[in-house]
Amino acid sequence: MRARIGMSARIDMRARISTVPAGSGRAARLRPVTVRIGAKRGRPGRSVISFRLSLRACLVIAALVAAGLVISALTLSTGSYHVPLSDVVRTVFGDGSTLDRFIITRLREPRLLTALAVGAALGAGGALFQSVSRNPLGSPDIIGFDTGAATGALIVITLIHGTAAQTAAGAVLGGLATAAAVYFLAMRHGVHGYRLILVGIGVGALLSAVNGYLLIRASENDAQSAALWLIGSLNGRGWDYVGPEALALAVLLPAAWWISRALGVLELGDDLSRGLGLRVEWLRGTALLVGVALAASATAAAGPVGFVALSAPQIARRLTATAGPNTLTSALAGAVLLAGSDLAAQQFPTGLPVGVVTAVLGGLYLAWLLSREWRKGRP
Amino acid sequence: MEQAGDVRTIAASVPLLPPLPVVPGSNKRTRLFLGLAACAVLLAAATFASLALGSKPIALGTVLHALVHHDNSDDALIVRDLRLPRTVIGLAVGAALGLAGTLMQAVTRNPLADPGLLGVNMGASAAVVVGIAVLHLDPQTAQVWPALLGAGIAALLVHTLGGRGPRGTAPIRLALAGATVSAVLGALVSALTLSDRSAFQDFRFWSVGSLAGRSLSVLGQTGGFMLLGALIALPLAGSLNALALGEDTGRALGVRPGRVGALALVSVTLLCGGAVAAAGPIGFVGLAVPHAARQITGPDHRWLLPYTMLLAPTLLLAADVVGRLIAPPGEVDVGIVTALVGAPVFIALARRRRVRQV
Amino acid sequence: MSPDTNTDTSTSTGMGTDSTDRHRLSARNLTVGYHGKPVIDELDVHIPDGSFTVIVGANGCGKSTLLRTLARVLSPLRGTVFLDGEPIHALPPKQVARRLGLLPQGPVAPDGITVLDLVARGRHPHQNLLSRWSEADERAVRDAMAATDTTELADAYLDELSGGQRQRVWLAMALAQETGILLLDEPTTFLDLAHQVEVLNLCARLHAAGRTLVAVLHDLNLACRYADHLIAMRDGAIAAVGRPGEVVTPELIEDVFGLPCRVIDDPETGTPLVIPLAPNPLRQEASSS
Repeated sequence: MRARIGMSARIDMRARISTVPAGSGRAARLRPVTVRIGAKRGRPGRSVISFRLSLRACLVIAALVAAGLVISALTLSTGSYHVPLSDVVRTVFGDGSTLDRFIITRLREPRLLTALAVGAALGAGGALFQSVSRNPLGSPDIIGFDTGAATGALIVITLIHGTAAQTAAGAVLGGLATAAAVYFLAMRHGVHGYRLILVGIGVGALLSAVNGYLLIRASENDAQSAALWLIGSLNGRGWDYVGPEALALAVLLPAAWWISRALGVLELGDDLSRGLGLRVEWLRGTALLVGVALAASATAAAGPVGFVALSAPQIARRLTATAGPNTLTSALAGAVLLAGSDLAAQQFPTGLPVGVVTAVLGGLYLAWLLSREWRKGRP
Repeated sequence: MEQAGDVRTIAASVPLLPPLPVVPGSNKRTRLFLGLAACAVLLAAATFASLALGSKPIALGTVLHALVHHDNSDDALIVRDLRLPRTVIGLAVGAALGLAGTLMQAVTRNPLADPGLLGVNMGASAAVVVGIAVLHLDPQTAQVWPALLGAGIAALLVHTLGGRGPRGTAPIRLALAGATVSAVLGALVSALTLSDRSAFQDFRFWSVGSLAGRSLSVLGQTGGFMLLGALIALPLAGSLNALALGEDTGRALGVRPGRVGALALVSVTLLCGGAVAAAGPIGFVGLAVPHAARQITGPDHRWLLPYTMLLAPTLLLAADVVGRLIAPPGEVDVGIVTALVGAPVFIALARRRRVRQV
Repeated sequence: MSPDTNTDTSTSTGMGTDSTDRHRLSARNLTVGYHGKPVIDELDVHIPDGSFTVIVGANGCGKSTLLRTLARVLSPLRGTVFLDGEPIHALPPKQVARRLGLLPQGPVAPDGITVLDLVARGRHPHQNLLSRWSEADERAVRDAMAATDTTELADAYLDELSGGQRQRVWLAMALAQETGILLLDEPTTFLDLAHQVEVLNLCARLHAAGRTLVAVLHDLNLACRYADHLIAMRDGAIAAVGRPGEVVTPELIEDVFGLPCRVIDDPETGTPLVIPLAPNPLRQEASSS
């Protein structure tokens, strides 16, 4: 407890911001605090930026960042050519031998950064989707976006025999078209979460049948490479992948964070939200747009990596123990999950695609969560 | 007390009420019987179409003749050795998938429940792939034991993870558990098929459900399991009706929710395991048909189960016939057609009706 | 309206010499809880035959838990519920369901169910694999609907009905079960006063026709008016038992609800009427106007 209070003091000093605990005494230790940047004395209502931050969320964010750093260090150091950790640090900061520099900055660093960025995009996108549909299953992998992206990519691979870039473009187009179709098919007196998921599942099933047909019709080689792409893999991702993905994140993550507070209100229901002055349809449309853009950018970079968008928001929600979209925590959880999965995937001699590992890891984690809650008897 | 007098007069008047002019609901019962008969006619039509239509046009008379006399002509061979087996298998698999879907939606009280969505088909598929890739079983024969084992394990896992806690079931948790099990098993299948090229080839074709190229012996290996599953499922209708009013009401009406759930689990395992072993994983029949049937019957499972048993094979056979005709000279597998046909219907349903609870 | 016909299976099974034998439904040493934490601790209770028993108490005192345990829906951690002298949790569920009915709190119905279909589902304990729908079923459903005045609604969809109508239909469902004992968990929640009275008048008619009724109610005054046997609970234990006119005192209400009050006679029925004491500002306003 003492350490937690100390932590809030540290935030205070570093960022020159003031924190106002929402309560006092023992009960306040995990309550949110209001953070104000640029607060003026005597005018508590006027600050440049102010938001509420729970200490638990701070701890979770710190722990996730730490985990991300450890995974990054291990990813850069291990592989068929081992680089000691001290050399890794030296190389990252611009020093080190030529061979180390080549292996780390040319091969491992871009792959790691792609993993982190894709994971963050999937986590944040999933959080937005799940919040809008008010359902943990409302993530892009379940409601058809991934399947649509796969259809786009399969058409490019098996019918046009296009390049990797064309495949990525096909995937993004396929995903966007699917998302738009799902959204408009689900629209009837406004879009409701339940109907969005149902329609998404329907469209997804339709497209996965199309995918199966394309796979059967394809030649064996095309089918094999398409299947590999369909699982999602980070093999051979260079710097040309990092740039666009980082750019997408730089635009989309702040947008996601900005609308996430209103989304938290929207989770309480449309009528209540309207009563609180939200433009419900506009908000939902924006959230889906940002979510789709995040998912699309991730799919373009790594293929439809399953389960990160589904499980990262769930992990974040349980870690922070707060309702609402938890966009940033979900992004961090997604980044850690994907980078960790890729690290694990690289340990296999044959080089497993990361999508296999995310599914197993994310799936087992959710299974464990479910069984734990089952024993606790929570509904 | 004034109230007591009031009570006595009303209580006394109750048995004196005149008999109701029409037994309420008897109209509805007649209507439902007629509907059931209409479904049977539809199914007969689909069955006949499945025997009569195909990439090679055969005259109706020849078809009928071939069914009665085997004269070793090409047409008779096509009808008796190709179309008859796939029709019969289609009937069995369709009924099994429809029943399994209805049962799962009833037990979980989740309109999204479906053998595909809840991972049962995936469990059967994964077990079959393990059989093909690791144990080198013959992909051409029906892998009924691996399929049953896989379906059973997946159903049990989903049921345990998402099933009833002390305070009853939560549909969302169940669906989450299903997605979880599906994803893990899907990853297992991917890992196996990507490292083994020949297994990938087999799986690529097997993973799209199809009725083509099956001999009647497939039904001999799997039919018994599906029949047993149906025999377990049908008597549950009354208990499912009672449980549909909530677990407490169900208990108050004398139902043991745990036992009904366990029996349903066994039944779903037998139905799905048998169906997947016979025809591969065919999606959408178990999801879409119960929804469509419910539009006619309402939520009464004593009608719903027979309706789905007739409508699901109708959909499956019709889809198979369409698949044979749609892309000559080749065929589109039935698993693809059911999705292409079922999905739009399903989307329309999702748009039209408030889909809440089953 | 034929109450239970299986009553005579009761009499002694050698289960002791106390009150358990004299009442169809009773419980001894009952400890019930969720996740091992007891909500009800070492409770003895018996339901007088032919009574309209109402259980009252503050939120979370274990009223519903007690009712659900009596109905066999919950299993006790320790202790036994006796139905006709037999431990209820050892009886086959359908046999229990033919003697004792429960209308749970906030029951759920599937979408698109008709009133008739819902009421008919109350016949489940009387049906088996071979006899799916008999004359007796037909008559029970018809009687239940007549008694609750829902005959006209037979072909309506449940979701189209008003709250009061819906509650009457649910009661009809429980009545179709044809049990001598009927347990009702807050049958008047979410109803306006007129509909509450409507549902309770119906309960009173059923009681007058010979059924044993046990209900959990929130409204003390309505409880006093309709009950002939009141059980007041506090913290999982029984605070008072008896006729409302005898047990409802300002002291008991203060004890059970922590509410200072006056108790006067209901001008309509003579039953106790609980009037919460008003805080000063309100009282002054009332006296000045």
